[in-house]
Amino acid sequence: MNSPKSDLPNYKYVGTRSIRPDGVDKVTGRAQFGADVSLPNMVHGQVLRSTIAHGRIRSINIDKAMAVDGVLAIITAADMPDIERRMVPLGEQQADIRDVADNVMARDKVLYHGQPVAAIAATSLAAGAQALELIEVDYEPLPVVIDLDAAQADNATLLHDEQITMTMAGPVENPVPTNVAFYMPLAKGDVAAGFEQADVIVENSFETATVHQGYIEPHATLVDAQIDGRTRVWTSTQGPFLFRTLIAGVLDISVSELQVIPTEIGGGFGGKLSVYLEPLAVVLSRRCSRPVKMVMSREDVLRASGPASASRIWVKIGARYDGTLVAIQAKLEFEAGAFKGSPVVPAVMTMFASYKMEHLLLEGYDVVVNKPKASAYRAPGAPQAAFAGEALLDELALKLNMDPIDLRLKNAVDEGDRAVYGPAFGPIGLKQALQAVKSHSWYDAPLAANQGRGMAVGFWFNVGMQSSASVRINEDGAVTVVTGSVDVGGSRASMALFAAEELGVPPEKIQALVGNTKTIGYCDTTGGSRTTFATGLAVVEASRKAVIELRNRAAMTWELDVEQVSWQNGQAIDLSGSNPPLALAEITAKAGHTGGPVGGDAQINAPHAGPGFGVQLCDVEVDPETGYTKILRYLVVQDVGKAIHPSYVEGQLQGGAVQGIGMSLNEEYLYNADGVLDDPGFLDYRVPVASDVPMIETHLIEVPHPPHPYGVRGVGETPIVPPMAAVTSAISHAIGKRVTQVPMSPPRLLSLIDGD
Amino acid sequence: MSEMIYSVPASLTEAVQQLAVPGAALLAGGTDLLIQLRGGRPVPPNLVDLKKIPELQLIEIGPDSIRIGAGVTGIQITDHAELTSLMPGFVEGVGLIGSTQVQGRATPIGNLCNGSPAADSVPAMIAADAVCEIIGREGSRELPVGDFLTGPGRHCLKVGEFVVALRFPRPRTNQSDAYLRFIPRTEMDLAVAGAAVNLILKNTDSGPIVADAKVVIGGVAPTALTVDDAAQALIGTSLDDAALLAAGAASTAAARPISDKRGTAQYRKKIVAVLTRRAAQVAFDRAAQQLHGSND
Amino acid sequence: MAKNHVTASINGQQVDYLCDSTESLLTVLRDQLGMTGTKEGCGTGDCGACSVICDGELICSCLMLGVEATGSKIETIEGVADSDGLHPLQQKFLELAGLQCGICTPGIIVAAKALLARNSDPTEKEVRYWLAGNLCRCTGYDKIIRSVLAAAAQMRGEEIAVAGELTV
Repeated sequence: MNSPKSDLPNYKYVGTRSIRPDGVDKVTGRAQFGADVSLPNMVHGQVLRSTIAHGRIRSINIDKAMAVDGVLAIITAADMPDIERRMVPLGEQQADIRDVADNVMARDKVLYHGQPVAAIAATSLAAGAQALELIEVDYEPLPVVIDLDAAQADNATLLHDEQITMTMAGPVENPVPTNVAFYMPLAKGDVAAGFEQADVIVENSFETATVHQGYIEPHATLVDAQIDGRTRVWTSTQGPFLFRTLIAGVLDISVSELQVIPTEIGGGFGGKLSVYLEPLAVVLSRRCSRPVKMVMSREDVLRASGPASASRIWVKIGARYDGTLVAIQAKLEFEAGAFKGSPVVPAVMTMFASYKMEHLLLEGYDVVVNKPKASAYRAPGAPQAAFAGEALLDELALKLNMDPIDLRLKNAVDEGDRAVYGPAFGPIGLKQALQAVKSHSWYDAPLAANQGRGMAVGFWFNVGMQSSASVRINEDGAVTVVTGSVDVGGSRASMALFAAEELGVPPEKIQALVGNTKTIGYCDTTGGSRTTFATGLAVVEASRKAVIELRNRAAMTWELDVEQVSWQNGQAIDLSGSNPPLALAEITAKAGHTGGPVGGDAQINAPHAGPGFGVQLCDVEVDPETGYTKILRYLVVQDVGKAIHPSYVEGQLQGGAVQGIGMSLNEEYLYNADGVLDDPGFLDYRVPVASDVPMIETHLIEVPHPPHPYGVRGVGETPIVPPMAAVTSAISHAIGKRVTQVPMSPPRLLSLIDGD
Repeated sequence: MSEMIYSVPASLTEAVQQLAVPGAALLAGGTDLLIQLRGGRPVPPNLVDLKKIPELQLIEIGPDSIRIGAGVTGIQITDHAELTSLMPGFVEGVGLIGSTQVQGRATPIGNLCNGSPAADSVPAMIAADAVCEIIGREGSRELPVGDFLTGPGRHCLKVGEFVVALRFPRPRTNQSDAYLRFIPRTEMDLAVAGAAVNLILKNTDSGPIVADAKVVIGGVAPTALTVDDAAQALIGTSLDDAALLAAGAASTAAARPISDKRGTAQYRKKIVAVLTRRAAQVAFDRAAQQLHGSND
Repeated sequence: MAKNHVTASINGQQVDYLCDSTESLLTVLRDQLGMTGTKEGCGTGDCGACSVICDGELICSCLMLGVEATGSKIETIEGVADSDGLHPLQQKFLELAGLQCGICTPGIIVAAKALLARNSDPTEKEVRYWLAGNLCRCTGYDKIIRSVLAAAAQMRGEEIAVAGELTV
C-alpha cells in the first residue's frame, strides 16, 4: 500500500476529522436552502414551458391569463433585452450570453420541450397555475432533431440557421450552416505510422446516454428588485459571482446592481452553474415591485435543467506485444443540447491524459440537438471519454493476455512526462494508485460464476482561478473566516482547518462562512475541484497576513522589532526570551489600543492546479436470467495531494463513484420520437438508492502538490471518471462479452447475454 | 385549483352517503391519489377519507378466513407476524409497494383499486383466491379479486361503491405462496414484471408434490393474469426442472406485455418465466417446510 | 372557499392551522408553519427529503394532505434535538461526515430515527433497505449508513469503531 513520504509535515489540525462549522444547522433542519428563504410581501413566480421540442413561436397571447385574479405580471422574451452574442467564462467552460438568454426564455424558436416561453408572478401559486393554462402560444412545429445521427444527417433540420462549425482557430474552411457547432482535433505524431508499428490493434464504438446531475434540491430563487435598481438575489448556486455575471449579461445591466446571496445548496455537481429562473425573477420582481420567489418542480429540473451530454465515441488503439501503446485514434461526438457547448473539449483532452504515447489523433464534435442545453456535470466530458478509452484498454489487456493494471503501469504518466494536451506533470500519484489497487486484498480474490472484476483509471485537470478570503479575529480570540466559495460538500470544514493550522487556533473556535457578492471579493465558482485548492490558498494567505499583524501587535506591546517575534501554537513568542508568550486572545483583547481590529484579506488567482488521478476496482455479479447487475465490492484509490479533512475527501470519492455506478447501470433520459422526456421523475430516472450499493472502500494516496503550501490537489471530480469503464469491464468479464453502451440496464444486458 | 370538500366519515353508512356525490373520490393511504392530483388529475368535488372508520382498520384472522380492512396500511401487514407466516407471498408483495415511507400510508386495497398493471400486492391476492367485499348505496356484494380489474386503472366498482375489505380463505397447513417481481434497482421502482405462485402440497412416498397450484403474473398485460397452464405444469410434480421450465414457458406464452420505459415486451416475456420459476420454488420450499413441520 | 381548520400535535406542541383541502402536509409545514427543515425534493414520494413521522409511522409529508393531520401526532426534524442537545443520530452524522450538501439529511435523520425506534440493532442491510426511499446524491450512502449504525450502537450503550475503521 502507500507509504507516506517521511518528509510530510506533521500538522496539528490539518488532516483531522473536525466537525464542520455548518453541521449543526444541517442536522437540525435550520440550514436555509434555496426554497427555504422568504420575504414579507413575497409573491410567486412560475414558468410556462414549451410543449413541443422544436418550433417557431408565431405568437403568445397573455390577455386571458392577465385577467386572472391575483396575477401581477406576465413576461415573455419581448420583455427581456435583445442582447448581442458574447462569450463569458462559465466556471471551467464558457458560454455565449445570447444562448444563455435564449435558454432562459425562448425568443423566436423553442429548441427543446420544457424551454421557458413565458413567466408569471401571482399572489398565490394556485392563481399563477390557473393563469399559466390561459396563456396561448401558437407554435409552428419543426422536425425534431433528437440525436447525433439526426443532427448530422444530410439535409438535417437546423436548430440554428446561421450556426457554422467553429474550431479553436476560428471557423472551419468553407463553412456551411450545420448542427455541428465545434470541431476539436488533438493530434500528436503520425497516427497512421503509429498503427503500422502496432502488433495488436483493438477498436470499438461506445455510447453513453443523456444523464442528469440529480441533485436533490430543485433550483430555487428569491429576488427583491428595489425601485432604485439595486437587486438582491437569493439563489441556490455553485457560483454567486458567476450568476451575477450571467444575470447582468442576460438583462444587460451592470453587475454592481446585483447582490447575489448564495443560500445553502442542496447539491450541484455542475448543474448549478447555469442560470434558469434568476433573470426571470428579476424582471418579474421589477414589474410587480414585490419580492418574487421561484422554485422548480422535480419535473422541471429533469425536463429543463442541465443534463450531461449523451455521447458516441469510436476509438482504436495500437500496441506492441509488451503492452506499449503506439497509436490511438478516436472520434468523439457529444450532444450539446439546444445550444452549442458540450464538454467535448475536456473529453478530448482527458481521454488519454494518463498515458504516454507517440502517435495520437483525437477528434471531438460538438453537436446541437433538441434537448435541454447540457450543463457541466462533475469532470464534464471525462467520464464519457474514459468509458470508451479505458474499456478499450481493458479489451487490449485481454487480447495481450496481460493484467490490466500492468498494462496501465507500462504506459502511465509520471513526474516530468508531458500530458497529451501539453504541459508536463509535476509529482503525481498515478503509479502509486495503480500499485495500491494491484496489491489490494481482493484484487486477486477468487470470483464465483457470473461474477466479474473490472478496473479503470480516471483523470481530471482540476483548476485554480480566482478566490477571495477574509480572516477576522474577534476580541475573544475566536476567528471568522469568510470566502466567496459556496460550500457544496463540507468545504467550510477545510477552510476552518487551514485557518486553524496557520493561526494555531483549534478549529472549533473558527467560524467559516460563505459571503455574498457584496460582502466578499470575487470568487470563481465551486467547480473544477478548485475550492479547497484555490480558496483554501486564499484562506492560508489571509491567515498569514493576520499572523503578521498579530506579530506586529505583540512586537508593539513588547516594544520589540517584529523580526524578534515569532508565532507558534496560537501565541506570540519573544525570540529574545525576555517576555512570556502572548496568547491570541490577549493580543486581540487590546487590539483597540494597538492599531484596531486584527485580520487579513487575500484576493488571489491561483495558478498551477494539481492534476488528479484515480483508480477504481469493482466486482459485480450478473443474474444471467434477468440481466440484473449487483455491485459486490467497490474500491476507490486516488492521489488526493493532501487530505485536509479526510472524511470529506473520502465522501467525495464515495459519492463520485456511486454517481458513476448510476450512469453505468440505470440512469438515462428516455425521449420519445417527439423529443418529450418520458422519465421526468425519480421513479424512472433511476439514481442509485441505499440498498443498491455496498460500502465504498477508499484509499487515499497523498502525493503533495508542490505549488500549494499544504500540497492540496482537487479531489471532487476525478472519482466520477472511472466508474463506467470499471463497472462495464467487470460486467464484460462476468458475461464474456464486451459492454459498449451505458447504462447497461437489465433489459440491455439480457439482450447482450442472449445475443438478441 | 378547484374546490374540494374533505370529509371524514366515522361509519360505513356515512361513507356511503358521502360517496354518493357525483365525482366523489376515496382517500385511503393517498400515496397514488396525491401524485395524480399533482400530475393534473381533476380535483374531485368531494374527498372521503376512510381512515377514521374503525372497522376498516382491522386485520382479522379467523379459523376459515382472513379479512383485511380497506384502511390497513402496508406496514401494519408486514409487521403482522401471524399473517406473514400464513401468507408470506401476499405479505412480501405488499411490502414491495414503494418505500418505507409509502408503506406507512399506502393500503393494499388502494394498490388494488388504483388498477396499475404492475401493482405488487395484486398477483398474490388473486393467487390466494381473495375476494373483495364491496359496499354501495344498493347494499353489499362480493367479487373475486381476479374479476375486479378490467384494465389499467379500471375496475368493476359502480358509482358510489367501494371495497370495504379483502377476504382470503385461510391457507391450509400444507399451503404457501410467494411473490417475486423484477425491478432495475433493489427498491423504489415499479415492477417490470411480477409473479405470484400459491401452492398446496401433499406428501407422497417420494416426498411432497404439488396437489394444487395457482400462478398469477403482473406487469405483463393490462391486468394481472391467472396462468392456468403454468399451474397445470406444476400440479402433480415435485417441481423438477421440467415442470418449472414448462410453468415459466406458460407464463411467457400467456403474457401480453407492452414495451415502455420500464422494459421491452420481449424482456418482460423472458423474465416473467424466470420469476414464475423462482416464485414457484420459493412457495414450494415454504409449503414443504410447513408440511414437514406439521408432520413432526 | 372556506379553508379547513386543523388541530394537530407537531413536535409535542398543539398547533392550529388553516389549509386548503388540496394542500399537502409538506406545504403546510413549510409555507404556513415556517418549518422549512422538511424539504421537497420531488413531491411524488420518490426521494424521502420530506420524511416526517405521523402517529409513529414514517411517511412522506408530500403524500399526505394537511387536512388529514387532524388529531395526529407529527414529528419533524425540528423536534429531533431537544434542549439537552443533539440526538445521537445528529451527533454521529456530524462526527462521521454523514452529510455533504445536507439537503437529504433532515429526511434521513427522521427516517433513521423511525428505524431505531423499531429496531435498536439493525444490520447494514436493514438500514440500507429502510433508507432506500431517501435519496442522497452526494455521499454514495457509505457514511450515512455508518452514522446510523454508530448512533444505534451508542443508543444501545455500545462503543463502535471510529470513522473509516468501521467494518460491517
